[in-house]
Amino acid sequence: MIAFILRRLLQSIFVMLAVSLLAFLLFRYVGDPVAVMVGQETSIEDQERLREQLGLNDPVWTQYTRFLGNLVTGDFGFSYRTRQPIGEMILSRMPATLELGFVSLLISLIVGIPAGIYTALKNDGVIANAILITTLIGVSIPTFVIGIFLIYLFGVQLGWLPTFGRGDTVAIGWWTTNFLTVDGLRALILPALTLGIYQLTLTMRLVRSEMQDVMNTDFIKFAVARGIDYRSVHYRHALRNSMVPVVTIIGLQFGGIIAFSIVTESVFQWPGMGLLFLDSIKFVDIPVMSVYLVIIALIFVVINLIVDILYFVIDPRVRLSPEAG
Amino acid sequence: MGSLLSVTDLTVEYPTRFGVFTAIERINLSLEPGEIHGLVGESGAGKSTIGAAIIGLIAAPGYIANGDVKLHGESLRSLSADAYHKLRGAKISMIFQDPQTSLNPLLTIEDQMVETIRQHSDVSYSEARAQALALLEETGIRDAQSRMSEYPHQFSGGMRQRVVIALALCTNPDLIIADEPTTALDVSIQKQILALIRELAQTRKVGFILITHDIGVIAEITDSVTVLRGGKLMETGKTAQVLGTPQHEYTKALMAAVPRLDKRLDRFSNILQDEPDLPTPELLWKVEGASDTFATDWLLRGERQAAHDGPVLSVRDLEVTFNASGTFSWRKSEGFKALKNINLDVMPGQVMGVIGESGSGKSTLAKAIVGLVRPSAGQMQFNGAPLPYGRDRGRNHAARRKIQMVFQDPYSSLNNRRKIEDIIGEPIRFFGLADDRAERRKIVASVLDLVEMPQRAMLKYPHQFSGGQRQRIAVARALVARPEFLICDEPTSALDVSIQAQILNLLKDLQGKFGLSILFISHNLAVVRQMSDQVAVLKNGELVETGAADAFFEAPQHAYSKLLLSETPSLASIAA
Repeated sequence: MIAFILRRLLQSIFVMLAVSLLAFLLFRYVGDPVAVMVGQETSIEDQERLREQLGLNDPVWTQYTRFLGNLVTGDFGFSYRTRQPIGEMILSRMPATLELGFVSLLISLIVGIPAGIYTALKNDGVIANAILITTLIGVSIPTFVIGIFLIYLFGVQLGWLPTFGRGDTVAIGWWTTNFLTVDGLRALILPALTLGIYQLTLTMRLVRSEMQDVMNTDFIKFAVARGIDYRSVHYRHALRNSMVPVVTIIGLQFGGIIAFSIVTESVFQWPGMGLLFLDSIKFVDIPVMSVYLVIIALIFVVINLIVDILYFVIDPRVRLSPEAG
Repeated sequence: MGSLLSVTDLTVEYPTRFGVFTAIERINLSLEPGEIHGLVGESGAGKSTIGAAIIGLIAAPGYIANGDVKLHGESLRSLSADAYHKLRGAKISMIFQDPQTSLNPLLTIEDQMVETIRQHSDVSYSEARAQALALLEETGIRDAQSRMSEYPHQFSGGMRQRVVIALALCTNPDLIIADEPTTALDVSIQKQILALIRELAQTRKVGFILITHDIGVIAEITDSVTVLRGGKLMETGKTAQVLGTPQHEYTKALMAAVPRLDKRLDRFSNILQDEPDLPTPELLWKVEGASDTFATDWLLRGERQAAHDGPVLSVRDLEVTFNASGTFSWRKSEGFKALKNINLDVMPGQVMGVIGESGSGKSTLAKAIVGLVRPSAGQMQFNGAPLPYGRDRGRNHAARRKIQMVFQDPYSSLNNRRKIEDIIGEPIRFFGLADDRAERRKIVASVLDLVEMPQRAMLKYPHQFSGGQRQRIAVARALVARPEFLICDEPTSALDVSIQAQILNLLKDLQGKFGLSILFISHNLAVVRQMSDQVAVLKNGELVETGAADAFFEAPQHAYSKLLLSETPSLASIAA
């Protein structure tokens, strides 16, 4: 198992190297960094001096290794727009995005898995069909439309829930959380729902089809033929087997939620990393964009690694195969 | 009336879009404790439906339309769904065909057995575990104490089937329905599992219903047998009597279609034909000028190699290694030697039968010869000229055309998205045997005629045909390349016996007509006996014996060959 994890780690390092190279190229070659930084009245000589100071005249490889070294030591450089260190900017935005992603993942799991099981077992039932049709509508409507609809219904018409921002937050060290105040929790509901509905339908449909497949296997038929309690057949035997592929997809989804919460964050003016990314695009704040790229890639890689390790825990065929040793 | 089980006038129907389909019709059978009753028939005979009806698990939307199932004299049809479920395991249990898929891969053997035992009797965990242990030992699992905490994938196929049997037995049922319990196993393991079933029936007085398509298995262990066809009961009675002196025409035809191990016949006779072919528009549809004689002429027209004295194919010291190493492996793994030191000669116009159990390297040998797998050492010669390995054999190399292959599974060896005309026409075009489209059409139609298919078949797609018909198409496809050497890799093992007999007859006819040399691979010794002039036996990638077929089957030399022969179920005991 250790060999396996080491191998995956090595692969992850290659992925990160590739992404950082992309980020570097973006930073260095999309537009001239000096021209963006200085005003129009700066003299050519001053510009040239700045270029020399920033090391932009060095060979490309030297620049890339410096860029990498900075990334690894946590020095992400400064934003063109706010002149603040990018590390701090992203770190202050990260809790908002992670909490939003976590809650919407939770919604998609808590509702999606039971609904998937139900529709798999009660195939062709009236309620099961109703659920399937409703969720089909859910998938077909784009996220921002759902967001705007929810704002209109619960924010504008009913006036129950806040429609933008994070509300009151509590700071624990550098981490600010929504979970500890009523206002913060209320502010979370609409964006988390918006982000979660699409994932929910995916989870539900995946669980349903996996579960249906498993219910048709011989070992389930054999369990039924042995007179095993139907509850145990469904949950102990069938559900666990359907979870193996579901775990992979859910892991990837979580990465996706964090990376692509941009739309939802913009609809709800949620002060997370996605909104920061959007602002950076508006102001062509290239250093922030390239760091964002690296961080999202890192999140994906870490989640993938966790999913691989989960495989070991769930599936004895992976855990106990001779190669895994 | 059987004192354990009696089935009377059982009819099961499935509603379909085109009306009601009757899966089984007015079936009667009865069983005593400790009796093994065989249900035999070809696919679609309704064997499994009978089993499902008895255990109350007919797949939706099927239902019992008529008749009754009585266990110990009590009717099961009147039971509620809950009561029926309580009966499963406790009174009736089941064994499935494929031990690879019939155990839950995520639970240990102990988990699965203890759960089943505690489901039906109120015992403590440790007591249930002790019972499970005793049973595993009884069914022949060595080291049961330590092995029961392992997962199913850590057991071999035969051991797994023993675990399945232990699981079916652990609740002390009175009746076990075994649905093709040995079909997925090698003959030597089949023999052991059948012996185990026999022993359990005797010692525990469990009644078995044994569902199988293999008459050899029926002859080997059943006390009584029911022959089914198309959901109807053809004949039933004591096994010795039914198989020894069959009364019904169908039973006779079925028996005649079973390849015999004890002697080689020129052809299978008395083959079951479906309804006589009426001159329907289907059959009258012809391509202008196409006929089987045209096909024969055309196929023989090709340039023939000037008679080469030596063997068509000669293989020397062939070795195939598969290495299991991944992309990022530090240690160089040894790899797995699928074939070691193979020496083989196939003479022109002869059929070389290759025998071996699963994993013996039979198919690897075939793939190495056609160039799908790259050998790691050794030489191959075709008509005296060296045969390049794998991809070194370019698409224009003569051997690409002259060596053709027929695969095992006709369901996956034909492209479902192409018409038969294109499938059979492809080699003709590819090898430049006929450039004109009209001529190709004529050839395809003629070759279909030759393999006894209606010419109109060329307009259809593969899914419109049955397994046997597909295999005929696959043979036609191999044939139009004008091959000199044909490799048949288990060409009939996916087919019913009567269809198998037809295909084997076809291959024999074509071999005679075109003087083909054939490498005929099979795990079924009786089939090999019917087909081969020469025989080669493979075991774990090594050739243990080669020789003339008749001498081999009369007096095998190697211990392993003797074992294989003795373990093959045969009708000899009954159909003397």
